[in-house]
Parts: sequence; structure tokens; C-alpha cells
Amino acid sequence: MIALLLTVGIFVQLSIHAAEAWQHFGISFLWSSEWDPAIDSYGALPHIQGSLMTTALALIVAIPLSFSVALLLSETPEWLNRPLSQCVDLLAAVPSVIYGMWGLFVLVPLMQDYVQPFLLESLGLLYMPGGEWLFGEGGSGFGFMTAGVILALMILPYMSAVMRDVFRMTPHMLKESAYGLGSTRLETTLYVVLRYGIRGIIGGIFIGMGRALGETMAVLFVIGNLMESPAGLFSCGTTIAATLANNFAEATGLQQSALFALGMVLMAMSFGIQLLTRYYLARTCASRGENY
Amino acid sequence: MMTPRSLFFRKCINHLLSLFTFFSISVALGGMGWILYTVFVHGLPVLSWEFLTSPSKPYGEPGAGVGNALLGTLLMTLGATLLAVPPGLAGGVYLAEFGKHSSLASVLRFCANVLMGLPSILVGLFVYAVLVTNTGHFSGLAGTIALAVIMFPVILRTTEDMLLMVPDAMRESALALGMSRMRATLCIVARSARNGLATGILLSLARVSGETAPLLFTALFADTWPGGFFTEPTASAPVLITEYTTNSPFESMHAMGWGTALVIAAFVLLVNIVTRCFFYENRH
Repeated sequence: MIALLLTVGIFVQLSIHAAEAWQHFGISFLWSSEWDPAIDSYGALPHIQGSLMTTALALIVAIPLSFSVALLLSETPEWLNRPLSQCVDLLAAVPSVIYGMWGLFVLVPLMQDYVQPFLLESLGLLYMPGGEWLFGEGGSGFGFMTAGVILALMILPYMSAVMRDVFRMTPHMLKESAYGLGSTRLETTLYVVLRYGIRGIIGGIFIGMGRALGETMAVLFVIGNLMESPAGLFSCGTTIAATLANNFAEATGLQQSALFALGMVLMAMSFGIQLLTRYYLARTCASRGENY
Repeated sequence: MMTPRSLFFRKCINHLLSLFTFFSISVALGGMGWILYTVFVHGLPVLSWEFLTSPSKPYGEPGAGVGNALLGTLLMTLGATLLAVPPGLAGGVYLAEFGKHSSLASVLRFCANVLMGLPSILVGLFVYAVLVTNTGHFSGLAGTIALAVIMFPVILRTTEDMLLMVPDAMRESALALGMSRMRATLCIVARSARNGLATGILLSLARVSGETAPLLFTALFADTWPGGFFTEPTASAPVLITEYTTNSPFESMHAMGWGTALVIAAFVLLVNIVTRCFFYENRH
């Protein structure tokens, strides 16, 4: 019962406190890009864009990685599999502040000194057509790319755990038939395992997406906290969760209400992702004839 | 559908996939190793008895430590466990034993899943709206409740999963011996799932002990020992790390942040490894 009350309670409380901002700005709060406490004008666009961008980057990095980690975990023999799985699970247990700290003190200087100059100058990517548009004004090491990399590392264990279970659910008969027809391991994976468990894999991706969207601390440390729409991969920006963490404690009045409204936007996004995840995972199980 | 390709080409691609697989697992494990190594190297020189036991102080004062933050984290985590475990267990028992297929149970399951997937900062926002605005002050209690809200659905779902793993034959034999439904649940089913339940609780405890986002504007931070736990802002280790590393330009404070990070990481990983080993041995 408490679960029900809490869920409803969170919705209701957020809406009550956000009501003032919605009344004041109306629906255009969603696409106004101004954020200025001095004139009490707030808009959610940069934050929403930032959240979406970090999430997308994290997914781009994490999907191939977690896919192949899951593949390895489902194909290796038991004695190697168990310690490896445990290690990957431990990766999920490390608190997010520690990821953030590591990002701030290790990854940011690394990006600043080596990765960004190498990509921009040595490879000359900045001077190719659209380079300015793609990378933005960077060079500080902070920014979306760094946040994306850290998030990718954080969501990898969750995604690969789901994918691993899906890979294991594929009947051995099907896989063996594919091998028997002369397929290589890649072809078996692509044409049999992937076809068979595609919904589960999408479900896993959505789980990672939900995590990445709501992650606060790790992003807060490395995003640069600039209230502007994303200008490029290496430029600084902000996300909904980072803005909340940064400004909430000092905010009063309309600004606080606007922050609550941001929280509502985040809640709606994560709720939508939840629904999709449930849908896909339930469909996977249903197609196997298991009840879920 | 498939166009003919040479065997050589197919084998090449296959080997590329294997290479990429090893690359990804080394990224995952290497990433973790790197993070732990950094925390260890930076954190170890700072650790001392004094560091662990004296309270934090503003920059420049001698004899500063993180004792108050560690104690605050301990209190909040334990408090959250006390608050979240009884309803979590009870709800899990209800879902697994009594209302397995009822429509209320499926609604509850759905809500628990939504809560589990909710970004933790929103929980902080919620507790702020309910507790901090109404009582008028930040407090350790608010932090505790925020952590409990995060813990509760996790415990609920683990309890349900663990109880469902108990074979039905056990339940039936208990009932056949004339036990009431409740006694059978408590004495037989819960007992045989005991290890699983303990694992679930410990793992969720480890998880919330490192949570920062929900504490940022519920418990806030303070340079004092957690004296007024119910009325005053209370320090906690993760928030201290955040404060010291993002809001401070001083090397010595960064070092203290690393030290705290080492303590927290060691605690979390230790709990994880111990419970996993323990549970693994018991399952076989």
C-alpha cells in the first residue's frame, strides 16, 4: 500500500509545488531557453536538451560495449563467467559520487590534455566541414562528451545484466542448429540470438536510458553547469538533474517552483521510459510463454 | 536473403567480434580498476585515526577530519534501514504469498517498479516538499526518510523474488501439518528464504549509503557532530565529498574528499563482496 501512496504522493507533491511556475509560464516553459533569476524568467529547454544529449551520448558508447560484454558473459564457461559477472555487477555498486570524483580529477584533465587536442587539432576534425557545429567551443575538458563517457560506464552493468539474461534465454536447440548450418558465432548472434531476444535487448537499453537520464552526481561534477543549450559535443551545459542539485537549496519563490516544474518534466520522462521498458520486457517474456 | 560471402571474410568478421568483445570487457573491468586505483592512491595517504574521528572544520583550521560525516551517514543509513525494512518485507510477503494474482498486487508491483526507476534526486525533491517545507528546517531525519523511500521498493521486490523461489511443496507441507497461513509463511517460507532476504537488505543498504542526490537538499551539510538529528542539518559522507571537491579550490580539501571516498567505496564494496560470497556458498 505504501508503494502506491508514495508513487501517487510524489506526483501530487511535485505538481502542487510546480503549479505556480506552470501558471506563470504556461506550456511555453518547455521550449523557452532563458534562465535568469534576476528577472524571474525561467525556461526548461537547455536542461531538457542537455539531459537528452548526455543520455544519447552515453547510450551510443554503452550499447555496443554492453552488448558484447553480455555476449561474452553468456558464452564463456562457468568458471570464468561467474567472477566476471560479479565484477561487472560490482561496477554497478560503486557510488555515483565516486564516479563523479574520478571524472573530475582523472577524466577531465585527460580529455583536456590529450583527447580533445588530438581529435580537434591532430586529426583536424575541427576544420572539417561542420566541425565547429559538431564539437562546439571546447577545450576545457568539461562538457557533454565527458559526461557521456562516465554515464556509459555507469549504465553498462545494468544493460549488460539484462542482455545477458536475454541471451541465456535463447533455446540451445536454435543456437546449435545455426552452428550446425555452418554459421560463425557472429552470424549465430546476429540472425538467431538477436532476432529471438530483440525486445529484451530494447528493454535493457531502456533501463540504461532511465538510469542515464536521472543520474545526478556523476554528471554534476563534469558537465560544466552552464545554463545554455548544448553547442557541441565538447561544450559545457547542464542537465535537469544537475540543475536541480545545483540550484535547489538556494532557490526561493518562483525559481523554486520552476525547479519543481523541471523535476516534473524529468519525472514524466523517466515514467515514459519505465512504461516502454515494462512493455518490451513483458512482451519478451510473453512470447516465451512465461508469466511475468 | 543472405548474399554469398567468402569463408575468409566471414571468419575475419567473426574474429573482429571476438576482439571487440574482449576490448569491451577490458573497458568495463579496466574502468572499475582505474577508478578504485585512483581512489586508493589519493585516499590512502589521508587516512588516519584522527581523520576518521574528528569533525570536519572550515578550511585552514588544524585537526579537521570527517568523523561527523561518517557518523551521519551511518545514522541515516541505519535509520533508513529501520524505516524501510518492515514495510518492505511485509509488502513483499503480501505480493508473493497472499495477493499473488490480485489486481491490487499488480498495481503495487507496477508502482514499486516506477519507484525503483525514479531518479533519486526526485525523491529528494519530494521529501523536501513534504518534510522540509512543512517543518521549516533541513534535518537528518528528512535525509533518513529520503533514503528509506529509495530503499523500500528495492526491498519489496527482492523479498517477493526470494519468496517466490521457495518451492510450493514447502508451503503445502506446512499447511498440511495444520499450520495457519501466517505461521507457514513466517516459520517455513521466510525462514528458508532467509539468506536471500538478508542479501537483498544488505545490498540495498550498501547502495543507499553512497547515495548523494537525495541528501543534497534534505539533510544538507554541517560542520558539527550530528547532535540535533531531527531539527538540524546533518553531515553525510557523500555530500561532504561533493562539497569538498566541487566547491573548494584547496588541495587539502580535495585530499579529504578522496579519503572519504575511499572509506565509502571500501565499505560498499566490502558489503557487496561479502554478501555475494556468503549467498553463493549457501545456495549450493
